[in-house]
Amino acid sequence: MTEKLVIIGNGMAPGRMLEHLLEAAPDRYRITIFNAEPRVNYDRIMLSPVLSGEKAYEEIVIHGDGWYIKHGIMLYKGHKIVAIDREARTVTSDKGVTEPYDKLVIATGSVPFIIPVPGKELPGVLSYRDLDDVGAMLLAAQSRDRAVVIGGGLLGLEAAAGLKERGMDVTVLHVMPTLMERQLDPAAGYLLQKQLEARGITVRTKANTRQIVGDGKVQGVELDTGEIIPATLVVMAVGIRPNVGLAKEAGLEVNRGIITDDRMQTSDPDIFALGECVEVDGRVYGLVAPLYEMAKVMAAKLAGAGDRRFVHSDTPTKLKVTGIDLYSIGDFADGEDREEIILRDAAAGIYKRVILQDNRIIGTVLFGETADGAWFNDLKKKEVDISEMRDTLIFGQAFQGGASADPLAAVAALADDAEICGCNGVCKGKIVSTITEKGLTSLDDVRAHTKASASCGSCTGLVEKVMALTLGDSYNPASVQPMCTCTELGHDEVRRLIKAKGLKTIPAVMQELEWKTSCGCAKCRPALNYYLVAGWPGDYADDYQSRFINERVHANIQKDGTYSVVPRMWGGVTSAAELRAIADVVDKFAIPTVKVTGGQRIDMLGIRKEDLPAVWADLGQAGFVSGHAYAKGLRTVKTCVGTDWCRFGTQDSTGLGIRIEKFMWGSWTPAKVKMAVSGCPRNCAEATCKDVGVICVDSGYEIHFAGAAGLDIKGTEVLGLVRTEDEALEAIVALVQMYREQARYLERIYKWAKRVGLDEIRRQIMADPDRRKAYFERFVFSQKFAQVDPWSERVSGKDKHEFQPMAETDFRVAAE
Amino acid sequence: MMDWLDIGTLDDIPLRGARCVKTPNGRIGIFRTHDDRVFAIEDHCPHKGGPLSQGIVHGAAVTCPLHNWVFSLETGKALGADEGSVKTIPVRIEDGRIAIALGALLQAAE
Repeated sequence: MTEKLVIIGNGMAPGRMLEHLLEAAPDRYRITIFNAEPRVNYDRIMLSPVLSGEKAYEEIVIHGDGWYIKHGIMLYKGHKIVAIDREARTVTSDKGVTEPYDKLVIATGSVPFIIPVPGKELPGVLSYRDLDDVGAMLLAAQSRDRAVVIGGGLLGLEAAAGLKERGMDVTVLHVMPTLMERQLDPAAGYLLQKQLEARGITVRTKANTRQIVGDGKVQGVELDTGEIIPATLVVMAVGIRPNVGLAKEAGLEVNRGIITDDRMQTSDPDIFALGECVEVDGRVYGLVAPLYEMAKVMAAKLAGAGDRRFVHSDTPTKLKVTGIDLYSIGDFADGEDREEIILRDAAAGIYKRVILQDNRIIGTVLFGETADGAWFNDLKKKEVDISEMRDTLIFGQAFQGGASADPLAAVAALADDAEICGCNGVCKGKIVSTITEKGLTSLDDVRAHTKASASCGSCTGLVEKVMALTLGDSYNPASVQPMCTCTELGHDEVRRLIKAKGLKTIPAVMQELEWKTSCGCAKCRPALNYYLVAGWPGDYADDYQSRFINERVHANIQKDGTYSVVPRMWGGVTSAAELRAIADVVDKFAIPTVKVTGGQRIDMLGIRKEDLPAVWADLGQAGFVSGHAYAKGLRTVKTCVGTDWCRFGTQDSTGLGIRIEKFMWGSWTPAKVKMAVSGCPRNCAEATCKDVGVICVDSGYEIHFAGAAGLDIKGTEVLGLVRTEDEALEAIVALVQMYREQARYLERIYKWAKRVGLDEIRRQIMADPDRRKAYFERFVFSQKFAQVDPWSERVSGKDKHEFQPMAETDFRVAAE
Repeated sequence: MMDWLDIGTLDDIPLRGARCVKTPNGRIGIFRTHDDRVFAIEDHCPHKGGPLSQGIVHGAAVTCPLHNWVFSLETGKALGADEGSVKTIPVRIEDGRIAIALGALLQAAE
């Protein structure tokens, strides 16, 4: 008979416990989970990257809804357990659900410690524990106003760095004289403070909060000196406490945490506990590695598989702030029987300190360069006598035995039981054997099977090196296709980081994202220029030196170095006056070829570059503007004559086409965008092979997208049917804006749509009016800066140097 | 003795950009790199004759606008898998004025 297992809490520890349990004894229990948060199990360690914008919530989900269904687990989301009845062996939620159990697991985690000062309940005072806190902080950060973070520990500093990344003016208040004093010695704390200050974060140590002031909402923090620091957001991150209320009320033995034995059993033999709420052997834990160890122990116990016991081990501390490298482990207090070895490099901001007792490492603090952390930790764990290598110990592993400084060699030299992933307790041998046994080739696979680098991710580089060593030449680390050889990052990461880090120039992108070349290449520069143009309308100064020649001079280069010029003919409609003006220009500049294009306009080919401004001046006189026939941008909107003339026409297709073209011209897009509007399903404007097309019908407008008629041939997909022209315009503009924001440079709409999914696009544009309107508004805003005719600008003298030789010589001049 | 032809100032060329000088025997591309070095090469790609001075300048190299061949501005040699080269012309900068070597220019013209 299956037993009933009820779990209170759905954090990372019980999630991991269930994975082990389902592997060892898949059918033993019928499982029910109560989660006070209204969501699935996600990676809480990654909240800081979500706050700073480096990750999205979807990327940090550990178990999606499908996982619970697949394993037949009942998950009550948003249900907080309010009572445990140990007599009846039931639990009851705040929503009134009562569930019986045979075995009960308490995993209620911790609660943030709120310092008891006046004003702590004011709106705008937040803690930093879960996704809701992050959501509230992101909302507050939109103001780009001032924030105060109380607490200079791990969480507080990550919150401060995240808020700073989001554009807030941040002050950190810390009671102690140096930051992170429990994990760092004063020297490293000082370096950390300096580095945070260099990022523009203000750090105040020895700062005691007297009260939080504000009338109806937060306005500032008052220190015990009477000084008031203004702020619209206050984040309290001074520490956590095990969440033991429920266990206490149930009469379980509780001290600081819920007391368990080393097999995670509480004072009631049918009730177990794990995670941050637990006290075992007098210790409580807040870092994930020991919690995952508890998960293994408890799973073994519940599965009846072996006698595994929880043993304390030190866990290294790392700060998840991009660009700050910090590592500490063990005991680093001074003492009479202790010795230390220190290396400082002030210019490089490096500090390394190893603490020894009886020639064995008992603690390590590394700042600025942490690659040897795992090695020092390994020596510490194994209690290796280091007297032989004492003179060079501090220089790290690569220095020992004359080994080269090759990082791969350093990993090769690690023993099989050396720990690679601290969060998940995965050693090198386990990774190597899993790769070999299961034939793994990608980092994602290795993460899925071994969990190495699957939590905080800071050991990803080490895991990749182990993969490279194990797989040899067959290892291809580029699971994401890099933009070009100047970077390891793919287009999507670069786009996300540009927004998240507020990067607004090409040099800033290259500096912050660690470009490998001094100023990029012909592949990445135009892409970056587009991402910045699209990402920061109005803010970013277009870099013409990063555009292809066609976009730089607003004409199409031909095989002989001459150019072709295509003026805009709105919706393909022209007039005698326009045609006459074109004829005059052709005569005046002796233009060799005039041709009608596929997009219903006229192309003049073979124009000398020096003549371009004069050609444009004459065309401008007749009212022409650039047709952008050279641009990664809106090209033409082809139309048929619709109800104006056609006996089959159902709507004014010409009028709609002109309206769309006038609304959208000038916008830059990832690749060219061609459109068409047909007045009836006979489709004379060939709208069903365009990037965006409209087929008019009696009942309204059928909007199509993702067609192609070039290298690939593909009919369009239907986005949806709308009733009015206004609705059609809004949907089309929103669709193009979504494409502008998401697609990779040079990726046409049909390829982008295939990648993100047609249904997702339909959902965002057709089924979600708020989102559609937001896209529309963002397009309209960016058009304010984009809808400028580039030809008339150049007629007025802009970029004159582009169109004239720097000098001319007939050699005689020079011979003088 | 080299004869030098004055062609203008550094400011005449956009940073990470290029201009050209017209001669009776073809054009010379004048390039200014991100670190303000100036190079002169034949403005004629050996592949299909593309005007190199219209390409994107990156590091000490330029990518041809027609078919993306990349040339070193220092050696004139094609980089990557392509083979070919263009003539390089000595450049002198004095008091902010740029001059190119006439001898090489005449040779290039031959």
